[in-house]
Amino acid sequence: MKKSLLLVVVLTLGLGVIPYLGLPAFYQSLLYMVFHWIALATSWNLLSGYSGYFSFGHGAFFGIGIYTTAVLTSQFDVPFLWTLPIAAAMAALFGVVLGVISFRVKAVRGELFALLTLAATFVVATIVLNTPIDGGPGVYLSAVPVPSIGPSPSATFYYLALGAAFLTVVIALLIYYARFGTGLFAIHDDEDVAEVMGVPTFAYKVAAFALSCALAGGVGGVHALFVSYVTTGDIFTVLLPLTVILMSVLGGTRHWAGPAVGATAITILLYSFTSGDSAVLGKVAMGVILIVVILFMPEGILGGLLKRFARKPAAGPSAADAARFGQASSAGGATPSPSAAGQAQGGPSGKAGTQGHDGGILLSARGVSKSFQGVQALRGVDLDVQRGEILGLLGPNGSGKSTFINVVSGHFPLTSGSMTFDGKKISGIGAHRIAGCGIARTYQIPRPFAHLTVLENVALPAMFGAHQLERRRAEFEAWHWLEFTGLADRAFAVPEDLNLHQRKFLEFARALAAHPQLLMLDEVLSGLTPSEIDEAVALIQRIRAQGTTILFVEHVMRAVMALCDRIVVFNQGEVLAQGLPAEVMARPDVVATYLGKPAESPPQPPEPAGARAYA
Amino acid sequence: MNLPSSTLLAQSILAGIFTGALYGLLGLGLSLSWGMLRQINLAHFALAFLGAYLTYQFSTSGGVDPLLTLLMIIPAFFVVGLAVHWVLTRFKITPFNSLLVTFGLTIIIEAVLQWIWTADYRRLESTYAEHKLQIATVYLPVPELITLGLGLGISLIAWQVLRRSDIGKAIRAAAEDAPIAAAFGINQQALGLLLSGINASLAGIAGVCIALSYTLAPSQIYSWIGVVFACVMLGGLGRPMGPIVAGFVIGISEAITMAVASPSWAPLVSFSLLIIVLLARPERIQA
Repeated sequence: MKKSLLLVVVLTLGLGVIPYLGLPAFYQSLLYMVFHWIALATSWNLLSGYSGYFSFGHGAFFGIGIYTTAVLTSQFDVPFLWTLPIAAAMAALFGVVLGVISFRVKAVRGELFALLTLAATFVVATIVLNTPIDGGPGVYLSAVPVPSIGPSPSATFYYLALGAAFLTVVIALLIYYARFGTGLFAIHDDEDVAEVMGVPTFAYKVAAFALSCALAGGVGGVHALFVSYVTTGDIFTVLLPLTVILMSVLGGTRHWAGPAVGATAITILLYSFTSGDSAVLGKVAMGVILIVVILFMPEGILGGLLKRFARKPAAGPSAADAARFGQASSAGGATPSPSAAGQAQGGPSGKAGTQGHDGGILLSARGVSKSFQGVQALRGVDLDVQRGEILGLLGPNGSGKSTFINVVSGHFPLTSGSMTFDGKKISGIGAHRIAGCGIARTYQIPRPFAHLTVLENVALPAMFGAHQLERRRAEFEAWHWLEFTGLADRAFAVPEDLNLHQRKFLEFARALAAHPQLLMLDEVLSGLTPSEIDEAVALIQRIRAQGTTILFVEHVMRAVMALCDRIVVFNQGEVLAQGLPAEVMARPDVVATYLGKPAESPPQPPEPAGARAYA
Repeated sequence: MNLPSSTLLAQSILAGIFTGALYGLLGLGLSLSWGMLRQINLAHFALAFLGAYLTYQFSTSGGVDPLLTLLMIIPAFFVVGLAVHWVLTRFKITPFNSLLVTFGLTIIIEAVLQWIWTADYRRLESTYAEHKLQIATVYLPVPELITLGLGLGISLIAWQVLRRSDIGKAIRAAAEDAPIAAAFGINQQALGLLLSGINASLAGIAGVCIALSYTLAPSQIYSWIGVVFACVMLGGLGRPMGPIVAGFVIGISEAITMAVASPSWAPLVSFSLLIIVLLARPERIQA
């Protein structure tokens, strides 16, 4: 990261000399356009490339910046440079309002968000056109005084655009390497899972949107005086966001430098064609490039190159990290976690001896109900999880087991009832805050972040969740959990390359990396072969040996009987029975739920036979 | 703000219905390819303008009746639709990337239009434009009536075909769950090709209608995107009657805004409507 930052600074300083070289004015205006588009494309990428919320509203934010500066300089005689922060602030304000409204609606993602922002552009344009902000004929700005920076009047704009591009790229770079950036990338891949792992998705999206808008607004402010005559028809078009998207996608949206690369390439390409009499040819070339890149290089120039020339780091944490963070070597599978953070919280790690129930209720659910448009998935569930136990959650398909996990983890909000965890109320709060309390879960169908490596997938919950470790530290921890689950040699693979068994273990590793007090496992054994199940059972025993409380949803009765201290049986969204495994499984009503009522003979299967029947 | 006279109001409502029909006709192909094939086809607009320019050219230099050009445009565009679909499926393009690829295609078509017909405005002088029907005090221009007839007729046919015919049911099944549909013996690839070809032909038909009533310029391609997407979304993806009904709603509300306030306020109505629907009823829009 420091190298990248240095590169950007050196490049900017180098470009800063150009106005003093006495080159033809043509070069300055070409470079102005390059910087202009770099700033616009990179600012777009902060929200859209990183988090996957493709905005078609960049024209609106840019336009708000343009008109803020235009109105303030022409009608209120505010000095040009002072209008730039105001232009940025106005655009950011609009972005925050739009974001707060649209991000509340869960379904407005992907194409719907794109359309919403496009529609917002036209609404803004209509208002600007029909009010004194513009009024119809456009705004002339040629009389507005422009302070001179550098050797010539045109150098002012050169430096302002260079400054905007520098600022935008540096912000993109810093976010890329920061916790904020990691959170945005997780949102891109699977927003619901990111939230459940502790990423404050709503706040992150609004913040990224505001930042993206502010930068676009600032660029707009500069551009207003550069073109010196502004009209709504030229500014609020669908063409501006499309061009910005084209540049970013061409360069690669998943890298901080991607949009800058794409913007430079496209601007120079278009310029070299318009300088001749071949503007049409330039357009054709742009179209062809876009098509070819999407078809053959969907990750963009930079994405493709980085993939091809990526250096594979050696497996395992670096020696420096090991020296910094870990006293013990993390090689042995059963070594307790080296995390100090976990211990500070009185959490699971390091206390290998805390077996069984050391008493006290960890999670308490009272009258928890959940309905999906008339379907009652949970009807008033009362359930307590004791600290330190393995509680098995059983029941036929559709009895509400997974829904219960989804409600506790905050994946679904509950319809009524209340839940407390460790004495704190957790019902009605955001899923990321529930994760912050120390609850982690796995998904029945593994939902890894598709574009992150296995290592990054596991490090993420350690960076968010309850402990908020910084990245290096979190990755060091992640190595430990990868070894714990036997995935260390796949650390740099992407989830797509893992088999089902490995993906299930990745789910495990991710949940463990959060250092949860309560770990909820949703059918982690289904689909595994008998020998894989034995491995997994041993793994769960090791997790519990570290003192973690486990809520365990499972159909594989062999594992349930081997692992659980207590079991709870759900039926049709209600608690049917709870108690010791052998006793509960012998109850006639429980047997009836699973197997139906016998035709004539009374229900009599003794416990072992009954247990075998479900295996 | 003066309230307009009843004649003016009736005339503007009619005008709204006419533009709405064109919105619907343009939106139909878009809605079907988005809803049924998961392709967001921006090139639909470019194809429509290509059709419009071809109609213009045949009519002005060849003297061919604009409606007769349909005989040529429909099969030719069908083939174009096949080709685009083949490329998009060959590379397993995601919905969002289909938007970008077809944007690239749009840029290319726009450049070609500009190269052949220049950026100047062109206007088709057809015999249809000279005729107007008059009912009481309102006028019904013939080109707009043709658009309305085509828009309504084609939407109704598409609706009935998708609802009742075997092939329509197969298309809907493949849109809902492709692997299951394939397991029941539905040839999804062939259906996709067929539907894409039809969608492109629809773009060509809409193009003829554009040529009949509007002034042409290559850059006009982009001015239709916003409002037609609004119709597609309001109408619900993949619903054949959706775009034209939404088109009427938007067209009439725009026309009334124009009459009551001023023409420049018109976009506010359609796009505010779209934003409200997106935020309040997003589930309606998802295919």
